[in-house]
Amino acid sequence: MPNGTANSKGTIRVLQLYPREMNIYGDWGNVLVLKQRLRWHGYTPEILEHNAGDPFPSDVDLIIGGGGQDSGQLVIQDDLQTIAPTLRGLAEDDFPMLLICGLYQLFGNFFRTHDGSVIPGIGVLDLETHGGEKRLIGNVVATSTEFGDVHGYENHSGQTFLGPNLAPLATVTKGEGNNATDEHEGARYRNIVASYLHGSLLPKNPAIADFLIRKAVERKYGSFDPVVIDDSLAEAARRHAATRPR
Amino acid sequence: MNPLSVLVGKAVRRASKLRGGGSALPGLVVERLDPGFMGRALTGLTHGVVVVSGTNGKTTTTKMVVELLQGQGLKVFTNRTGSNFTRGVAAALLGEVDWRGRLDADIAVLELDEAHAVHFVRLVPPRYSLLLNVLRDQLDRFGEIDATTRLLETIALATTGTVILNREDPRVAGIAASVTAADVVYFGLDASLRSTFPNDDELRGAAGIAPASALPADVVLEKVDGNSAVFLLSDAAPDPAGAEAVASESVHADLRLRGVYNIFNAAAALATARAVLGAAVVRDALIASLSAVEPAFGRGESLVVDGQALELVLVKNPSGFRLGLKSFDPAGCATMIAINDNYADGRDMSWLWDVDFDSLGLGGVEVVSGVRAYDMALRLKYDDVPVRAVEPDLPAALREFISGSKDSPKRIFCTYTAMLAVRRELSKITKVEVVS
Ligand SMILES: [Zn+2]
Repeated sequence: MPNGTANSKGTIRVLQLYPREMNIYGDWGNVLVLKQRLRWHGYTPEILEHNAGDPFPSDVDLIIGGGGQDSGQLVIQDDLQTIAPTLRGLAEDDFPMLLICGLYQLFGNFFRTHDGSVIPGIGVLDLETHGGEKRLIGNVVATSTEFGDVHGYENHSGQTFLGPNLAPLATVTKGEGNNATDEHEGARYRNIVASYLHGSLLPKNPAIADFLIRKAVERKYGSFDPVVIDDSLAEAARRHAATRPR
Repeated sequence: MNPLSVLVGKAVRRASKLRGGGSALPGLVVERLDPGFMGRALTGLTHGVVVVSGTNGKTTTTKMVVELLQGQGLKVFTNRTGSNFTRGVAAALLGEVDWRGRLDADIAVLELDEAHAVHFVRLVPPRYSLLLNVLRDQLDRFGEIDATTRLLETIALATTGTVILNREDPRVAGIAASVTAADVVYFGLDASLRSTFPNDDELRGAAGIAPASALPADVVLEKVDGNSAVFLLSDAAPDPAGAEAVASESVHADLRLRGVYNIFNAAAALATARAVLGAAVVRDALIASLSAVEPAFGRGESLVVDGQALELVLVKNPSGFRLGLKSFDPAGCATMIAINDNYADGRDMSWLWDVDFDSLGLGGVEVVSGVRAYDMALRLKYDDVPVRAVEPDLPAALREFISGSKDSPKRIFCTYTAMLAVRRELSKITKVEVVS
């Protein structure tokens, strides 16, 4: 498909948060899916990065953040606090965001590590995370009314608990999700989708990708004019993923 | 000494070989009967024990170290492919020791998986350790790559003689800071080659943070052109007193190994052999041995099917897959990819999204197969790579691949268990050494 802007329905700028430190589990896959589906829907994608110390760009349309190692989270912590007021404002203004794993945790109220120290979050999402004894690792299937079944892979030691008014993204039918206690996986708030799942998340869950794209386009251009994308490979990958052991 | 456990172990080994079983059972039996067996057999070797570990390239590098040392006249004990865990070493030892449990060798060179190496060095402290790299791989097993680094650090700390480190991998080079009891030597790359081997931090979106390599390296890979390479050897083999080598000499070698990553492993093997032999090393023999090393199982080895070459390339993590794609030109070659997600392959498919497949865009991929064929096909779709067929069943996919591209050489990229299955199928139609 042509990459030109001649017949483009418009440009959508996708901002990836901290791609150096927060990209451990195929987070690039989510960016690539947004980029390609924007093209297939007839829009022109632009991928931007925000790294620690950069001024936060004012003219972006969609934000995406991934997972990192503990060491990576330490590096970005101060910068994240610096841009937190902007991010909170965008969230309340229905800005679409996808937050996976590490940044999902840091968008909450705090992370209490295993040894008791507290890493402050930025309070965009009313949730808290506690360092756990064992890592929750393996294939996950969760179900939601909004996106149907959600397929992915989790690998985290933090256990996340949602505040009373924050909805989960989905209800786990295989695996653990947010924590080993309740059946919640991820969080849904305004136009934010947050999840522990990688694999990557968006390739096998195109409904979530198109939701984020729709919200970004509607916010910028008033209405979204999608085309029908052949997602039969994603469908087959979902069917096979569902049959795999934990 | 416990001759009985050795005899029982040997008997189990023979029996399990007859049944065509794997190598772990006899190792398990002797470990249970006689926990001190391995330590005793490996203690007292003139040149001690070399442990080779890291994410990528252990098998090929171990094979090179073994052949380099043999070329210098040493009698070398090593473990075979597929047994890079403690029990596998015990099983391999059973095949070599005499009835009293004594090993007739000057040195042991052992490939060990990171986690098993930690267990092993507690039983047998190595005199040398060669630590290759820490790359994202099997995160479902180890959790984080920083955790993998700590495993390698444990190996380094248990080493009594010399630790050989990859200067270009910041996590590996950083281990030097905590080593006090052993000497440290480095192998490295010329600045012009560094972009060819991205370390884990450079895999994605972090171009430009090249590691500082002011560290003096004993062996530097200076140039690669196809199968020929130029290595820069520091003037003297590393001196235990730590005197810094000033002058260095360039040495040219034509290798049978293919793929740039194998040639960087050759620098690692050279540095290790030089550490073991010190001033006694015979340089011309070293280069002659290196030039004669054949690729190890599944590491770019070539078979013949219907008169056409068929190449198997093992891929198990993003950097390995990237290097594989970079090392083998897709032009004029039919490509198949087989991805499984069994325990030995890693269950998480995220890693496929950290590989760029653009280089396959022109010719496309004939067949995608394996348990996770559809995940792979989906990955290729997002890189605009045409895929002719998706067939999760490996034997069927292989038949389709071979009959569909009769007149061209072929290449199959496959994960570990997919490779075992592919070899089993191929052995029905051509001559293949099947390793169980
Ligand atoms: Zn994660």
